[in-house]
Amino acid sequence: MSKGVKLLNWIDARFPLTSTIKSHITEYYAPKNFNFWYFFGSLALLVLVLQLVTGIFLTMNYLPDATLIPGTNMSAAFASVEYIMRDVHGGWIIRYMHSTGASMFFVVVYLHMFRGLIYGSYKQPRELVWIFGMLIFLCLMAEAFMGYLLPWGQMSFWGAQVIINLFSSIPVIGPDLSVFIRGDYVVSGATLNRFFALHVIAVPLVLLALVAAHLLALHEVGSNNPDGVEIKANKDPLTHLPLDGIPFHPYYTVKDILGAVVFLIVFAVIVFFTPEVGGYFLEANNFFPADPLKTPPHIAPVWYFTPYYAILRAVPSFAGTQVWGVLAMGGAVVLLAFLPWLDRSPVKSIRYRGPRFKIMLTLFIIAFFGLGILGVKPPTAARTLVSQILSVVYFAFFIGMPFYTRNDVGRVPVPERVTESNGRRKLIFVVLWLVLIAAASLFAMTI
Amino acid sequence: MRKPIRHLLAIAALLVPLLAMAEEGGATLLPKAPIDIQDTESLQRGAQIFTNYCLSCHSAIAMRYNRLADIGLSEQQIKENLLSATDKVGDPMHVAMDAKDAKRWLGNNPPDLSVEARARGADWLYAYLRGFYRDSSRPTGWNNIVFDKVAMPHVLWAWQGEQALQTTRNEDGTVSHQLVLVKPGSMTRIENGRANTLEFDQRMADLTNYLVYMGEPAQVRRLQIGYGVLMFLGLLLLPLAYFLKKEFWRDVH
Amino acid sequence: MSDEQVDNGRRRFLTVATSAVGGVAVAGMAAPFVMSFFPSERALAAGAPVEVDVGKLESGQMITVEWRGKPVWLLSRTPQQLKNLASLDDRLEDPASAVDQQPDYCRNAYRAIKPPLLVAIGICTHLGCSPTYRPDVAPADLGPDWIGGFYCPCHGSKYDLAARVYKSMPAPKNLEIPPHKYLTDTRLLIGDDK
Repeated sequence: MSKGVKLLNWIDARFPLTSTIKSHITEYYAPKNFNFWYFFGSLALLVLVLQLVTGIFLTMNYLPDATLIPGTNMSAAFASVEYIMRDVHGGWIIRYMHSTGASMFFVVVYLHMFRGLIYGSYKQPRELVWIFGMLIFLCLMAEAFMGYLLPWGQMSFWGAQVIINLFSSIPVIGPDLSVFIRGDYVVSGATLNRFFALHVIAVPLVLLALVAAHLLALHEVGSNNPDGVEIKANKDPLTHLPLDGIPFHPYYTVKDILGAVVFLIVFAVIVFFTPEVGGYFLEANNFFPADPLKTPPHIAPVWYFTPYYAILRAVPSFAGTQVWGVLAMGGAVVLLAFLPWLDRSPVKSIRYRGPRFKIMLTLFIIAFFGLGILGVKPPTAARTLVSQILSVVYFAFFIGMPFYTRNDVGRVPVPERVTESNGRRKLIFVVLWLVLIAAASLFAMTI
Repeated sequence: MRKPIRHLLAIAALLVPLLAMAEEGGATLLPKAPIDIQDTESLQRGAQIFTNYCLSCHSAIAMRYNRLADIGLSEQQIKENLLSATDKVGDPMHVAMDAKDAKRWLGNNPPDLSVEARARGADWLYAYLRGFYRDSSRPTGWNNIVFDKVAMPHVLWAWQGEQALQTTRNEDGTVSHQLVLVKPGSMTRIENGRANTLEFDQRMADLTNYLVYMGEPAQVRRLQIGYGVLMFLGLLLLPLAYFLKKEFWRDVH
Repeated sequence: MSDEQVDNGRRRFLTVATSAVGGVAVAGMAAPFVMSFFPSERALAAGAPVEVDVGKLESGQMITVEWRGKPVWLLSRTPQQLKNLASLDDRLEDPASAVDQQPDYCRNAYRAIKPPLLVAIGICTHLGCSPTYRPDVAPADLGPDWIGGFYCPCHGSKYDLAARVYKSMPAPKNLEIPPHKYLTDTRLLIGDDK
């Protein structure tokens, strides 16, 4: 026996190393028909690692200190970010990787969630996978929100001011709750310090635990696939392995590596050629140091929050309180968690669903994009009206789901076994969605 | 638009390209600033203007003097032309003026300019630097066409001379504003009834260019590294990863 | 699973090639993180050479300046002190400055560029305390043989006025002489000798 094998045996007698590698990687059988939409889970993990590593190195040089450097209008925090950008060797790469990674995290996660929507990945027995995923999404939003405060620019400060003030609209406890969150009567150094601790340690730890839970829950029941067919239903009589399954390693390790390289190319284009992405990934206004005495003319959250922000603004005050908008915004996020129970269709994948779901999903996409674009713009009467309509569409997708998904079966019956990829279908699908998204965006941009 | 007939000195000629400011607060169209951060000579001229004129009131504490090696200046050149007597070449660009004095004299602390170009954009800065005009209603006697009621005086008035704001009402009811060179400075001239502001505009382009560079000194390096990374990833790693995937997936049907 | 022959050669080649190029990619991504550990421009600027004017320094007087966070002594030795240096050789651990604690231009009897002025880093080579300047002759606490030097109070190490350590001291080496040069007769640059 070689030394290596002896060592491995020694470890395996004391730690489930080989058994874990087998059950989760080399002998974890995944459906063989994963398509484009199945890259985004592993990409999300990649971005998480990127954010953790770049974040650690930023923390080595960043100062969570809101006090002004004497004689200037810059806080120590703001100055420390510029210190990283200029004086720390390689610092600007690390900073841009972190800022790009933050936005790319949401791109990847939204696409990852979309995959769940179209293939019914949230349906039984995968409800817990979906719920852990929703908790990850919530933590991600909190993490991004708190991280955005740290550079202590104008948008950092005023964005936080506005959002934390939302809590003060909650009846009775609202104003005290806002003071409690801030640690002060306005967003200040106290807020910065605690958000720093939460952003760097607390939320990442929770995120890691949730990601582990998400993957464990997934592996317990096995992955879904674009046909929505349970591969465990058809096992080889001799080996008891799913007929339509392939071991994750080497097939999906090698495929995910390819996906990662493509992602890194996109990532590198942004980091090196356009890290600001026209002001969407790094906002111009945030290069003004925070000034508690000067409110910027236009406060908007970062692009990934804008759909929800648009819903918030769309809901008017009622009975003397603005809490309804806050509830609507919260509801818009939380409703996603109920999908496993809202969806009454017997069919998982959109391929085999009837027209009603397809129409509603299309409307949902238009609403999401439309709201996102409107959320970036200053409100006008016309924009508010459109936001209200789109918000209704957004909520209708969920609230109407128990009704329009019942008995909503498509013409093509659900197959027994997974199907081969259909190039024509892919093309039609992609073209259709792109046209719809472009149309929705153009409309929203011109209002 | 009708050109008004003015007295002798005020020659109406388009000085600053039109800034269309419609009444209902529509988009302000700014002319494109001629930026080229690879033009080291322009950057050096801009650096000199910046250190000589701007640092009296503004700081740029994120920028070290010795970083100017990026734009082709030697330590000797930096020491001789740009450093004040008390600064060392490794020091950041501190402001000459005391903060309390600034507040007293100008009513406001002049902001640090390290990342001003990233906050405002090159086009805005270029328009701002050329956009001062005489306004007796202001404490400094100056106002600015892109920054209304700005507390900053027209530091470079000796170079540009004096401009006046001309307001015209259009046929469709909107109002347009224009700047007109009323009195020339050392870098501007009025020739045959037209204003020649080329030299001043070029100096302001240099200064804007420098501010853009100073906003992110690593930008040229960033692009260079980017090309290398993209070529490596796209031409080397991507094909290999692709063929590796294809090779293993031949097993799968 | 497949009918055709698995070309193991091609598979191995692609795996190795992709791994190798992937390794380069990982190294490239790691580079900025490793670079960020090196002293930043701020640290380099703070550690920049320091100019000192010794025009007003009197004979027998010592001043201290800071360079890279360390105390640097500038001592103008009297003619008598300079003459005494040679007499101590057999009591010193490294009288000829054989150990590399000074630039080449200070490996001489006075450990200096210009004999009267000693430029030394005031940190004991034992455990890093800063010794005290004791020019007084035969004080009570240092004994009758003491003709002037530096005494480290932490563990009792003794150095002469050329910052050379005595024999059998806790400290093993002479005090370090930093790189330095004369810009003019009275201005020194500590930290740079190019």
